[in-house]
Amino acid sequence: MSGTGPREAIFPTRMNLTLTKGRLKGAQTGHSLLAKKRDALTTRFRQILKKVDEAKRLMGRVLQLASFSLAEVTYTAGDIGYQVQESVRKATYTVQARQENVSGVVLPAFEGVRSKEGSDFNLTGLSRGGQQVQKARETYVKAVGTLVELASLQTAFTILDEVIRATNRRVNAIEHVVIPRLDNTIKYINSELDEMDREEFFRLKKVQGKKKRDADKALETRVDQNEEYVQGGGELHRDEGIGGGAEGGKDMLDDGKDEDVIF
Amino acid sequence: MASTTANPKDRTLLAVIGDEDSITGLLLAGIGHVDNQSKKNFLIVDAKTQTSVIESAFQDFTERKDIAILLINQHVAERIRPTVDRYQAAFPALLEIPSKEHPYDPSKDSVLKRVQKLRGD
Repeated sequence: MSGTGPREAIFPTRMNLTLTKGRLKGAQTGHSLLAKKRDALTTRFRQILKKVDEAKRLMGRVLQLASFSLAEVTYTAGDIGYQVQESVRKATYTVQARQENVSGVVLPAFEGVRSKEGSDFNLTGLSRGGQQVQKARETYVKAVGTLVELASLQTAFTILDEVIRATNRRVNAIEHVVIPRLDNTIKYINSELDEMDREEFFRLKKVQGKKKRDADKALETRVDQNEEYVQGGGELHRDEGIGGGAEGGKDMLDDGKDEDVIF
Repeated sequence: MASTTANPKDRTLLAVIGDEDSITGLLLAGIGHVDNQSKKNFLIVDAKTQTSVIESAFQDFTERKDIAILLINQHVAERIRPTVDRYQAAFPALLEIPSKEHPYDPSKDSVLKRVQKLRGD
């Protein structure tokens, strides 16, 4: 029951009880909010998961096609690998990151950008196979486009995975650590307050009993003393109260109406 | 989330580690970049390339701040599999791509492995 399990180290007072109740309420609200966030993220995550799976398989086919077109180039223009590698200067295909917001999580989405500047490989395949080179280039640009798309999916996947884990950890921590602890604290404070109430009641009872005993004792001694006094020839006078005697206790308000006073 | 603190907007390049054919094709598409220190953003791997060279190139590319996506041939990734599997950061995104001689095997992909695990099959 109370006091079992971990609880906050606070003093059992009514104020702390109110405070703890407030905190419990807050924890419960936070828990439900986080659970909602987790659900939203998980939904998104599942969508992405499916897409990643599909895109990965698509990528295999696209790249196969691309290497086939490169093989065509090699067949007509000979090995252009060295020439291409040596003429590389500046990237004409770059990516730009956009940001997308899913319940407070920033997911980057890459976008392939082809600059308008002339490519470094204008002279490649000049003697023969120029057409094939152009074709291979287009195919590869398309393939890279697929890769970029896949990469943004995958990045989103990685980030979401991380965030979902963190959220899950928080949800579980609140559910299994914070809330039980606050519950325990409330139970503890309640039981302590009850205990104090019982103690207080018992104390009052005890005080009352003691007062009664004292009063009885005092009365007894007085009766004894009176008896002794009377036997000794004394006379007892009883206190008649305010205005004692026959007229005692008369109320002037009961005298009837006074005569009006006219000046 | 230390991996997302660097601004992803600064990352514009793609990097490749792969065999000659894959790299030639990707360079044709225009992803090649040689910076002022004549540092390339691609590494050609053949049968004679030392694993340590691949490893250090992988480290280098993953630590560079201007690379958004790192492409690596699957058979090359296979040679440094422990490093690849250990790589979890969001940036740069690591993508395993098939090469001409080595068709794509989804069961070996480090990301797909996680996908499979999460889907529970």
